[in-house]
Amino acid sequence: MLLLLIALPFIGSAIAGMMPVNARNGEAWLAGCVTLAGLLVTFFLYTTVEAGSVLRYEAPWLPAYGVNFVLRIDGLSWLFTALILGIGLLVVLYARYYMSAADPVPRFFSFLLAFMGSMLGVVLSGNLIQLVLFWEMTSLTSFLLIGYWQHRIDARRGARMAFIITASGGLCLLAGILLLGHITGSYDLDVVLARGDIVRTHPWYFPTLLLIALGALTKSAQFPFHFWLPHAMAAPTPVSAYLHSATMVKAGIFLLMRLWPVLSGTSEWMWLIGGAGICTLLIGAFAAIFQHDLKGLLAYSTISHLGLITVLLGIGTPLSIVAAIFHTLNHATFKASLFMAAGIIDHETGTRDMRVLGGLRRALPVTGSLAIVATASMAGVPLLNGFLSKEMFFAETALIGGDEEWWMSIAAVAASMFSVTYSLRFISVFFGKLPTDLPKKPHEPPHWMRFPIELLVLLCLIVGIAPTLSVAPLLHNAVFAVLGEQTPLYSLAIWHGFNLPLFLSILALAGGIALFAILRRTYGVAGRERVPLLHRLSGAQIFESSLLRLSQAASRMLRAIGTQRLQTQLLWLMLALIGAPLFMVGSLPAWPPLSTPSSVDPLFALMWLIGCACAIAAAWQAKYHRLAALILVGGTGLVTSLTFLWLSAPDLALTQLMVETVTTVLLLLGLRWLPPRERSLTVPRRVWFRRSRDLFIVAAGGTGMAALSYAALVLPAPSSLGDFFLMRALSEGGGSNVVNVLLVDFRGFDTLGEITVIAIVALTVYALLRRFRPAPESIAIPAQQTSDIDPAVRQPPSEQAESGHLMIPVVYLRLLLPFMGIIAAYFFLRGHNLPGGGFVAALIFSVAIICQYMLAGTSWIESHLRMRPHRWLSYGLLIACGTGLGAWFFGYPFLTSHTLHLSLPLLGDLHVPSALAFDVGVFAVVVGSTMLILMALAHQSIRSHRVPSAVSHNPSHMPTREIV
Amino acid sequence: MEMVIALAIGVLFGSGIWLILRPRTFQVIMGFMLMSYAVNLFIFIMGRLWINRPPLTLGPGAPDPVAYADPLPQALVLTAIVIGFATTALYLVLMIGARGITGTDHVDGEEPEQ
Repeated sequence: MLLLLIALPFIGSAIAGMMPVNARNGEAWLAGCVTLAGLLVTFFLYTTVEAGSVLRYEAPWLPAYGVNFVLRIDGLSWLFTALILGIGLLVVLYARYYMSAADPVPRFFSFLLAFMGSMLGVVLSGNLIQLVLFWEMTSLTSFLLIGYWQHRIDARRGARMAFIITASGGLCLLAGILLLGHITGSYDLDVVLARGDIVRTHPWYFPTLLLIALGALTKSAQFPFHFWLPHAMAAPTPVSAYLHSATMVKAGIFLLMRLWPVLSGTSEWMWLIGGAGICTLLIGAFAAIFQHDLKGLLAYSTISHLGLITVLLGIGTPLSIVAAIFHTLNHATFKASLFMAAGIIDHETGTRDMRVLGGLRRALPVTGSLAIVATASMAGVPLLNGFLSKEMFFAETALIGGDEEWWMSIAAVAASMFSVTYSLRFISVFFGKLPTDLPKKPHEPPHWMRFPIELLVLLCLIVGIAPTLSVAPLLHNAVFAVLGEQTPLYSLAIWHGFNLPLFLSILALAGGIALFAILRRTYGVAGRERVPLLHRLSGAQIFESSLLRLSQAASRMLRAIGTQRLQTQLLWLMLALIGAPLFMVGSLPAWPPLSTPSSVDPLFALMWLIGCACAIAAAWQAKYHRLAALILVGGTGLVTSLTFLWLSAPDLALTQLMVETVTTVLLLLGLRWLPPRERSLTVPRRVWFRRSRDLFIVAAGGTGMAALSYAALVLPAPSSLGDFFLMRALSEGGGSNVVNVLLVDFRGFDTLGEITVIAIVALTVYALLRRFRPAPESIAIPAQQTSDIDPAVRQPPSEQAESGHLMIPVVYLRLLLPFMGIIAAYFFLRGHNLPGGGFVAALIFSVAIICQYMLAGTSWIESHLRMRPHRWLSYGLLIACGTGLGAWFFGYPFLTSHTLHLSLPLLGDLHVPSALAFDVGVFAVVVGSTMLILMALAHQSIRSHRVPSAVSHNPSHMPTREIV
Repeated sequence: MEMVIALAIGVLFGSGIWLILRPRTFQVIMGFMLMSYAVNLFIFIMGRLWINRPPLTLGPGAPDPVAYADPLPQALVLTAIVIGFATTALYLVLMIGARGITGTDHVDGEEPEQ
């Protein structure tokens, strides 16, 4: 049942979001039915709650952390649930008529239902972590609702402000809840509630209280965080009516009530909560008098009434809790109806400015009377519900102040006086003369739009006149849920005899009327733009300017210590690389006995002399002589390859050799698109400085790396994982080439990932080159190819190959192609037992194809030999994955290999491991990627690029010719 | 032998650092290639130096791990070489693409102000 209650709004929200844009009625029916269903469930649950018992639903969520998904309902949560759903239903009905046909209603109802669900989650949570989660969800959904009219800047700003304030409050709340959970040892609400004594005496009590209070006070718009609420009035009126009467802002109040048994009863609680409440009460009520916007007035009045409830909670006597809960209920009824009335006035007249409005009693007689009754309730006029809770408030303030401390009573009376004054200001729009220059001619709204107000005002009257018959049992349940055995005796009667609270009520009423008269006559409230005394205390101003300062500081910091220059970034990276190990030097263990270095083979030393010379020369020449540098780097690569061979790694040597070849071809293809570079005659002093600095870094880095390598080599080798593979390669992997078995069998999953990466890179290269636009000066045929010294300059490559001077090499190479294919197949097949394998074979095969391309030219090859690298890629990946998945069919984990023993008549015994199929996949992917990359690059030269119109070019350069 | 290979790694790595700190894209790609040789060799020698003992367990009977080079760094380096090829290709394409779009081969996409 409880789960249904929570889930329904979210399901409804998802459905509502998917409905068509103009389904205004459908949306309203859906939202209405969802809410009504929830309300019926709530009523159904009343019998359980009435007995004072607690209904729980529990499901494991994060059992390892002791956090379960718990829903619980008791008297207090029942009351709030009924409030959320009841007012929600009326708001849905009202919104159906309020929202204009031009508004995208699915979004509205979707957000509204999601908000309703989050709110229900807050009040029904039986776990504090879960409560915080739903709490943040209300912040998020209310942000979306307040910013519903996205095209308006005030809506966006108001939404952002509300979100930042309430969500950061929510983070404080989370911290507070974590502390609370640490103190009590559980996040379960029932456990926490039972351990109030431990919490109040704990040394962490004050930080916990402060953090939780920050969460509650921001949400309930209490001083000094109250300023977000008036700005949230940019929302559509149904949203304001919902968020600011019954739900969002009441979440903070709810939390304080919920945790009242745990946190209250200390002087810190009283000063923190009560102090914030008193300030809010007075400031809100005072500021409300000077508003000109109907909704602005209601917003400040809401702030003030929330302050009143907070004060009652801060006072902390059992009776004050009764008053707080009662006033929460009353405020929700009259404030929701007033917001709706304000919305109707806005809707009918086109303005909410009280300076313009007047005499609406004649145009809107029914709405007017309803609003006047609701306003009277807000002001605390007898026979209405607002009066009852306000009486209780006066009684409590008088009680707490005793005979000497009168200031609290004085504050209470002053606030009530202000409240009477702004109530009078609100209803003044119904009296006087009807202005003729209103944007619209007002008339009564459709009856169903007014119906929610009628019902709410009726409730005000019923509760106000017959409290014991109507609201008393509900109130009792809620109070009992908070106070338990401490539930005091109280009476909800209207008439208590002539006593102090009644006297204070009359004083406030009279004072309020007098103040209104004075303000109207002598002060001219309508002409004032600013709230007197308080206009400097603008929280919104501080908020906005601090946001601005924050972003300014961030960009300043970015400018100061950030950089977008690659060289600087790499410089710091290299410095960190060299510097970071130095910090670890101190903690090194003692050196173990070192092994003696083996004797130097002079040939090996000579080989590396050449290799190092190549590397240094490449570093020297890379700027002005790219081709030379490329050849020199290739030389170093060859020496590396030979070193692998020398040092017992034939597979590496083969792979390195093939990769070297392919890379060189690749870079040669790329060189054509780089700009020519002439040596500049003078080198600035700055550059010299940079070069010597870099040389220093190079010396440090190179020495460090050499020392590290030497140290690693002379230290005794630790026992390696390699032994495990050596022992099992043949017996379990079915191959004697351990490196290959490692790749395709033991670490097959890594290899699968690796070939996927290669395939992705190849496709990325292909995609990038599809949109490739060369620089204008690189489009023309390079000078080398147009020079008359070249005898083949007049022939295109295919002609050169067919009948020109390249004919003989081409014939040879065409003859060689099948042989190279056989060599690739040979290396592939023997790979499991001897050096070779999928990678090497694929690279050999690619080199065979590249040779053909280089001699015969791209277009000739492609007209004779159709390479489809995309297919190679995809089939390769499919085969590799399929081999892995095949193991599943036999009940083994992914990529388990199996060896098949065949004896064929001619070939004898054969061992066919399933890893061979995997290797086929590797082969195909590597061939596909290499070909795709190289072909994409080669095609750039035969593509006729669109030449930018601004560049004039020599017609002799056209048409663009192939060079490969 | 140990000294030779250690010095070689040092020189390759140093040349690589020099080149990747240069301002032109081609210099940087050369630097990355030299650096990747150095790093591959460095990973490789973590299995120590073995001469004439490739990890091919061809003999009969249970293989004796002491008689063979460590296959694990070799397998790691083999994948590193192939991935290195792929990243070089990607870098190359970015390099010529950036040159086409920005009109310069400076690593920041604009010529430094003189």
